[in-house]
Amino acid sequence: MLLNMILFVPLAGFLLLLFFPREQRGAIRTTALLISLLVFVASLGLIPEVRNAPTATSYETNVSWIDYPPIRYHVGIDGLSLWLVILSTLLTPITVLVSWNYIEKRVKEFFAFLLLLEFGMIGVFLAMDLFLFYVFFEVTLVPMYFLIGIWGHDKRIYAAVKFFLYTLAGSVLMLAAIIYLYNRGGTFDYPILLEMLRNGRLALSSTEQFWLFMAFFFAFAVKVPLFPLHTWLPDAHGEAPTAGSIILASVLLKMGTYGLVRFCLPMFPGAARDNAPWIVALAITGIIYGALVAMIQPNMKRLVAYSSVSHLGFVVLGIFSFNQLALDGAVYQMLNHGVSTGALFMLVGYLYERRHSLEIADYGGVATPAPFLAAMFMVTMLASVGLPTLNNFVGEFLVLQGAAQVNFTWAVFAAVGVILSAVYMLWMYQRTFFGEVSEELRSHMHDLSPREWATIIPLVVLMIWMGTATQTFLPVISASNERTLEQTKTNVEFQVNASPSLSSQVKELLNVR
Amino acid sequence: MHHLWLIPTIPLAGSMINLLLGRRLPKIAVSGVAIGSVLLSFLWVLNVLSGLGSLEEAHVERYFTWIQSGAFNVGFDLMVDRLTAVMLLVVTGIGLLIHIYSSGYMAHEEGFSRFFAYLNLFMFFMLILVLAANYLVLFVGWEGVGLCSYLLIGFYYLKKSAGDAGKKAFIVNRVGDFGFSLAMFLIVVTFGTLDFGRVFAQAKDMPVEAGVGTLTLICLLLLLGATGKSAQVPLYVWLPDAMEGPTPVSALIHAATMVTAGVYMVARSSTLYLKAPLAMDAVAIIGLVTAVLAATIGLAQNDIKKVFAYSTVSQLGYMFLALGVGAFSAGIFHVVTHAFFKALLFLGAGSVIHALEGEQDMRHMGGLRSKIPVTFATIFCAAVAIAGVPPFSGFHSKDEILLAAHHHAPWMYWVGVVTAGMTAFYVFRAIFMTFFGSYRGHHHPHESPWVMLGPLCILALLSLGGGYIHIPHFLEPLFPLAEGAHEPALVYISVAAGLAGIGLAWLMYVAQPGLPDAIAGSFRGLYTLVYNKYFVDEIYDAAIVHPLRDGSRSVLWKGIDEGVIDNAVNGIGRSARNVGSVLRVMQSGYIRSYATWVVLGSVIVVAAISFLGGSR
Repeated sequence: MLLNMILFVPLAGFLLLLFFPREQRGAIRTTALLISLLVFVASLGLIPEVRNAPTATSYETNVSWIDYPPIRYHVGIDGLSLWLVILSTLLTPITVLVSWNYIEKRVKEFFAFLLLLEFGMIGVFLAMDLFLFYVFFEVTLVPMYFLIGIWGHDKRIYAAVKFFLYTLAGSVLMLAAIIYLYNRGGTFDYPILLEMLRNGRLALSSTEQFWLFMAFFFAFAVKVPLFPLHTWLPDAHGEAPTAGSIILASVLLKMGTYGLVRFCLPMFPGAARDNAPWIVALAITGIIYGALVAMIQPNMKRLVAYSSVSHLGFVVLGIFSFNQLALDGAVYQMLNHGVSTGALFMLVGYLYERRHSLEIADYGGVATPAPFLAAMFMVTMLASVGLPTLNNFVGEFLVLQGAAQVNFTWAVFAAVGVILSAVYMLWMYQRTFFGEVSEELRSHMHDLSPREWATIIPLVVLMIWMGTATQTFLPVISASNERTLEQTKTNVEFQVNASPSLSSQVKELLNVR
Repeated sequence: MHHLWLIPTIPLAGSMINLLLGRRLPKIAVSGVAIGSVLLSFLWVLNVLSGLGSLEEAHVERYFTWIQSGAFNVGFDLMVDRLTAVMLLVVTGIGLLIHIYSSGYMAHEEGFSRFFAYLNLFMFFMLILVLAANYLVLFVGWEGVGLCSYLLIGFYYLKKSAGDAGKKAFIVNRVGDFGFSLAMFLIVVTFGTLDFGRVFAQAKDMPVEAGVGTLTLICLLLLLGATGKSAQVPLYVWLPDAMEGPTPVSALIHAATMVTAGVYMVARSSTLYLKAPLAMDAVAIIGLVTAVLAATIGLAQNDIKKVFAYSTVSQLGYMFLALGVGAFSAGIFHVVTHAFFKALLFLGAGSVIHALEGEQDMRHMGGLRSKIPVTFATIFCAAVAIAGVPPFSGFHSKDEILLAAHHHAPWMYWVGVVTAGMTAFYVFRAIFMTFFGSYRGHHHPHESPWVMLGPLCILALLSLGGGYIHIPHFLEPLFPLAEGAHEPALVYISVAAGLAGIGLAWLMYVAQPGLPDAIAGSFRGLYTLVYNKYFVDEIYDAAIVHPLRDGSRSVLWKGIDEGVIDNAVNGIGRSARNVGSVLRVMQSGYIRSYATWVVLGSVIVVAAISFLGGSR
């Protein structure tokens, strides 16, 4: 009941807002805020039960939606989805507050779309039926498309279409794969399919497994985005309004990595393991590539967008390392990236609201007129570059540690990204906040308002909390990952390659050098 | 429980108070909070150490699990053993003196509370670093002090050079941290834990590696980390630039404490290094190369802080030499005495700069001996200590290092002796240029207040007599004393080298002031090379920074991203558009029509499945 409420209240809010007279802006904003806050508080109520049984599906609802073909409304939550759901419910009220004054035209539609987006995001993480998952996956596309297309910057139409077509191209393949699975297995129900795959009642040939894996993988890789499928992201971020960027970076990208962990690994373990080497290669390429391209971006939002390519590379590396530490780190990093990159986009948005520019060159010396904004940006930046005791460090450390246990060379190359993250972030920070401030800029700049404080404080608190008291979050993730890794070992026709001994790896490494 | 956590947490609390409320507090309250928190921390260290007694065994306190995943578990664990005890006393003791000094030095600066908040935060992380009971907590301190260094180097952030220097420090250190991180990964792979006790217990039973094995690789990667933090070749380039920070920061962070973290870390890992002789050799050689390189650069600098900065790099090289030849306790001994005399040199330089209202160029100083006599007297104590004049502190620790080096390989001793001579020369060159001759500037020098001179006097006493605190003896349970006959001849030679350096400096800068220019003139090329620091910064810029930046822009971004990938995507889009009118309608650019297409598409799909399913 609780879970269904959390899912459907945002949808109800969306419909409710449509009935508001469009000139009642205050009432619209307040309603959106209250609804999203209600959902957030309610979602916290999910924690105890999932904590008790992180590998079981809690709050399960399984009823028929469409009789034939048998599409079921099957939802539930476990240790993998718990924090992603809460991340979504937390960020929605925050983005409502962020957009409070930012959005001036078509206020009603904007906040309505935010709630529709929340509905879609939560649905993606809860769906236990493949078709239902596909529907939610697509549902998020529509409001996001409008957020970019209507409230975005100058090149918004190009960016919105690019975003839409890129993702659609991926998800169409996934849909084809889902239908194929239905034809073979006779059901869309994910737990049933998984059980059939496990006990051999549904036996896929390795060719079938490969193509199905690839179809799912492609859809998710576009979403992540994995190098070289990332070029929609800088455009989408560069053009989206602040709230759109926050949700896009924090949650929508995670739908890709979530899909990899939830579906690709357990359903097609053989193909996933067989294809891991080149996927890892792409992930590591993305880590370094994203960081290098971020470094020379003149536009702040595009810089943060490329940094996301780099950060998400760590997540994919962690997933395809098939190692407990790496996978724990990957899932934790999904949350970390959501918090810290969300905060970065928020703060960049606050700069934009003041100066109406995203070009780094238009700033300089902001620390003088806005010291607290500079301070919050500093903390967020430090989290993003992986300073220990802040959140990203824990995720990156676990991913790299886990990867090192599988193949030390992976860790060597991926860790280069950690160096580079400091380069692009510190350089941007210096050019934006340090130095003398021009009179023109000073006249625009004022420090954080109480509303802005209210949006950044929860995220900063989370950065410290998730960086130090990881035991609040990690155990449920760890438990569900253990199950996932167990699933990737069952019914696999190939032998798990014993990872080469460390000393031979060391030798190999030295030869490479 | 001795509540070790209080030691770092008190300065953290001070930092938070000043960070949040400092702008509204009067300066006396700000400095009171900052100095008071370090004083309390110092007193708590004394309390803990007296409570722990002789500390034959390490005292470990485990607080809570930090990260737990699979079989891997790491906690926020702190510990004290004799090595930590030495470091704790140095950090809190010197830290306290420098905090007191700063309250005078910074009195007229903007950002008074910000300065003390950062300085206290530095104390927090530095204390975490030396108290850590595993590598990951050490890494917290390691990165944290780097952060504070970044913040404090860039303290005068309105100046571009300060911002640049801070950024450079952070990024160069990141390169070192890359090595440190990889070392940690290998340690976990090899030992399954990062806990000092457990790692070293296992390592003790492992054989000494003849070639390059896992332990050697671990040690070399740790060494990379140490070269970053402790400013060794090839990563020393950030430290001279770090002098952009306020002078008390140079004294505390970039001379006395943070930069010795690499030495501490290698000494802490001595069990691993002793199993990896190749890595030990690497440590010694890097130390030696750094010592010589930095000393030669120091010969020709005119900025008083730059001279001392290169001197720090050079002295750190000495410490690495000690570590590399297996004289860990001598290395730590030199950490301690160096903390005394180098902090004093910097604080004294700060007092000179303060007296001259910001002047740092020694060519505009001179004759200050009579104008600021207390500063002169104290800085002179530091100079004789660093020059290795017996019986002052630097003589004792340097002596230990050189004897150990001779025992290991005589040529290392001789290089060390030459470096000692150069050290004495450039330090006394600075003293003579600053305090002797006639005043060449146009300010009106005034002696500093006693809140600054007091710490100078205490440090002067420590610089003179600190050599009699026999650290190696205290550390014997951890590091067996290096054998090696105390040959008096070797001691005489090194002392003679120091005295010769002093004498030469006197000749060139007091007796025959025309001589330096004449020499520089006759060795024009060499002088240019040294004066410009061997152009290392320029080489790094040309070889690494520019190619990376320009390549990223023109090849990766404009080339691959926009040129290849986006062109391909747009190309697919264009060709698709030509396929037929249906697709042309789809790509009409109207948002609403896309929404319709999505809905319609879903409906068609559902219908299709129904149909397919029905026919099955």
